[in-house]
Amino acid sequence: MNPVLKLILEGEPLTTAQMGEVLGMSRDDVDAELQKLRDEGVLLGWRPVLNPDFDGEDCVRAVIEVKISPERDGGFDRIADRISQFDRVESCYLMSGAYDLLVVIKAQSLQRVASFVFEKLATVAGVNSTATHFMLRAYKEQGHLIARPEEIDAKPAVSP
Amino acid sequence: MSSSQRFVANHVAGLPKSGIRDFFAIVSQMKDAISLGIGEPDFVTPWHIREAAIYALEKGKTSYTDNKGLITLRREISSYVERFFGISYNPENEILVAVGVSEALDIALRAILNPGEKVIYHEPCYVSYSPSIKLCHAEAIPVATSADDDFAIDPDKLIAAWEPGVKAILLNFPTNPTGGVTERAKLERIAKFAVEKDIVVLADEIYAELTYDGEHVSIASFPGMKERTIFLHGFSKAFAMTGFRIGYACSTPELVEAMMKVHQYAMMCAPILSQEAAIEALKNGEESVLMMKDKYQQRRDFITRRFNEIGLKCHVPNATFYAFPSLQGTGLSSMDFCQQLLKAEKVAVVPGTAFGPSGEGFFRASFSNSYEQLIRATDAIERFVGTLEPAEAAAK
Ligand SMILES: Cc1ncc(COP(=O)(O)O)c(C=O)c1O
Repeated sequence: MNPVLKLILEGEPLTTAQMGEVLGMSRDDVDAELQKLRDEGVLLGWRPVLNPDFDGEDCVRAVIEVKISPERDGGFDRIADRISQFDRVESCYLMSGAYDLLVVIKAQSLQRVASFVFEKLATVAGVNSTATHFMLRAYKEQGHLIARPEEIDAKPAVSP
Repeated sequence: MSSSQRFVANHVAGLPKSGIRDFFAIVSQMKDAISLGIGEPDFVTPWHIREAAIYALEKGKTSYTDNKGLITLRREISSYVERFFGISYNPENEILVAVGVSEALDIALRAILNPGEKVIYHEPCYVSYSPSIKLCHAEAIPVATSADDDFAIDPDKLIAAWEPGVKAILLNFPTNPTGGVTERAKLERIAKFAVEKDIVVLADEIYAELTYDGEHVSIASFPGMKERTIFLHGFSKAFAMTGFRIGYACSTPELVEAMMKVHQYAMMCAPILSQEAAIEALKNGEESVLMMKDKYQQRRDFITRRFNEIGLKCHVPNATFYAFPSLQGTGLSSMDFCQQLLKAEKVAVVPGTAFGPSGEGFFRASFSNSYEQLIRATDAIERFVGTLEPAEAAAK
């Protein structure tokens, strides 16, 4: 695996200068590698992983199961793409099983989720039905456990 | 001398305090120091292993076990050791589960040594070797390993150190604190010598899984060696289970029985929850071990490259999570370097002399740490070294 990619996947937040130090490359080379990963469509972007309990702008999250009729040309792709273009849609996946698309959205309130589903999603030609599930609480977010405050005895600073 | 000092046995009074303890006292008083002094993984035990311990507790597993350890665990150990080391031990009578390699080593020495007998070991080495030997009223004979050999043992030196009364050779490859390993041919010469002189070999191979390039070779796997070797291994390092305090010794039925006598009276058995966790580790832990090893290896490449850039000559250890750079050219002793570095830059590394006199001129830096800390620590060491030799630093 590309060493720069391997390093960023470890998830430790490092500046490109620090990445360069770790990998024995110049900072410019690290930047070039990152640009290459973007150009290749491997690296789509950077975003912080936030605690979903954090009261930010968009605090309601929902997953929506969507059933659609595949089209003769392109199957599910055109409709999936159309749905994915909405800013509210965080992720959109084609699934096997009881429904076709799994759509993850974020909004400021329940009402906004509801109106998005009724006004935008359900009215897309080819969408047959939707089932919306609201998320109540997060326990783990993209590999990060949601920390519960807890006192931990530090381990000894020097040991044999 | 305080009045109760007179009650302390002579051979205990004569033991030096661990050099690490002195140093630890200084570090622990210092706020926000970066420590590269930690001799354990920076990972917590993988969750599936912790979860197995919790499950065992829920199931009410709170009793003593067989003195030798749970037979299920001994069976797992047997197949693991066969798979990984190529040595086959009978779970019924050739394996003993102990409270860490620490206890396994102690009972092994106590089982074989008569007062006055001698043990050859290589140095710099793990802090407990010489004291544990002396606690058996036996004599410790160190053989120095050197940076020129990447801290492999030189069989000629070992053979030259032999004298009448030597009962055992204690080997620790891969080595704490040097990360040294020893190739097959050299181990074979030592094995041959052990047979010739009828010596027992104790092999502490606790870092075996953390060998980066090539395969780990155990001296116990050589023809004719199983019957004179006590193979010591545990879970602390590879499985990040230091706090579980669990390890094991494998040998012949006679030697296991002898160790068993000491163990049964001194310890009774290893804690059952740790034994249950160890079963899970051996059954399903391989993936976690490989993941941790991969991370150590990348950090090793970084830290050794940095030490060499800084001008602290450092071999690339082929195993463990320790780098052992040389202080040559700094004009400072190990202890002075470590104390001054701590004072000037709040970075803790362990003086080589904590691992025996032959560790003079070196320090141990553990790279079981985050990149961010390793970068800060090495940058700080670079600044500090720069203040020591302005002439040379300017020339670079
Ligand atoms: C070489 C060596 N042997 C034994 C031990 C002790 O291991 P355990 O935790 O199994 O008692 C250590 C721990 O640092 C070690 O480095």
